[in-house]
Amino acid sequence: MTTQTQEVQKQESQPVETAERTRPRRTFSPRTDVFETQDAIVVVADMPGVEEKSLDIILEKNVLTLRGKAGFEAPKNYSLVYNEYADGDYERSFVLSDGVDRDEIDAVVKNGVLRLRLPKTKQAAARKIPVKAG
Amino acid sequence: MLTRDLMRSSLRNPFRSWWDPFGQMQRFGEDFDRAFDGVQRPVASEYPALNVWDNKEEVVVTAELSGFGPDDVEVSVVQNSLTLRGSRAPEELKQGEAYHRRERWSGRFVRTLELPFEVDHGKVDAQFHNGVLSIRLPRAPQNLPKKIAVKAS
Repeated sequence: MTTQTQEVQKQESQPVETAERTRPRRTFSPRTDVFETQDAIVVVADMPGVEEKSLDIILEKNVLTLRGKAGFEAPKNYSLVYNEYADGDYERSFVLSDGVDRDEIDAVVKNGVLRLRLPKTKQAAARKIPVKAG
Repeated sequence: MLTRDLMRSSLRNPFRSWWDPFGQMQRFGEDFDRAFDGVQRPVASEYPALNVWDNKEEVVVTAELSGFGPDDVEVSVVQNSLTLRGSRAPEELKQGEAYHRRERWSGRFVRTLELPFEVDHGKVDAQFHNGVLSIRLPRAPQNLPKKIAVKAS
């Protein structure tokens, strides 16, 4: 039961150092999958309510920051009578390794899911080294 | 009189005054609750978490279902219960690919919500907007609240 609850609950994000928020909304850390393919690192983040216009992806030095503003608006003239989740913005940062080709990063948002493809540089891409019999 | 009795009992048990782990724990719990009092703590044990909005004539149920499209979720209404069904497939990795971090939910879910009134089936409307599902459920006309005029006799 407890683990299930944890799985469903949203996690509030830790404030990023040196930056303070000016928007009076809660910020959540989006649940994220990161996986590595032969030639890229793929980041998939759940950000319900976010669309391409309300999403900022910033790469500064080697820190990649995702910031999304959820566009959900409370239905007008309704009152909230039962509440299991809170809505808010999203923010999360990742430290990238040097092996990412910064100019070729590709981001797509669909159904509230951000998909970032961070291609590896030529040097960092996995290479198969043939082993010769001596 | 009573205070004196209490004092005496604590004198009889000298450990009581400072060695009281259960009391401390309880006090800590109370402090903890107080610290978070008034803070909205969404708690859901089932997926997806739901919010319900109400006006007098209808109810709007919202759920955050990112990664689901209109075809991946089935909404059905029977009398006064709303059922959501859906599934989200996990990412299929090819050979040689590996996860560094895996936090996103995948699988199938069924969730039923019982409403306090019968729903007008014909007018139920569900919309997906950037991964947020919202379902409008109007009350059946025979279930609408009726205002009864009070006459002076």
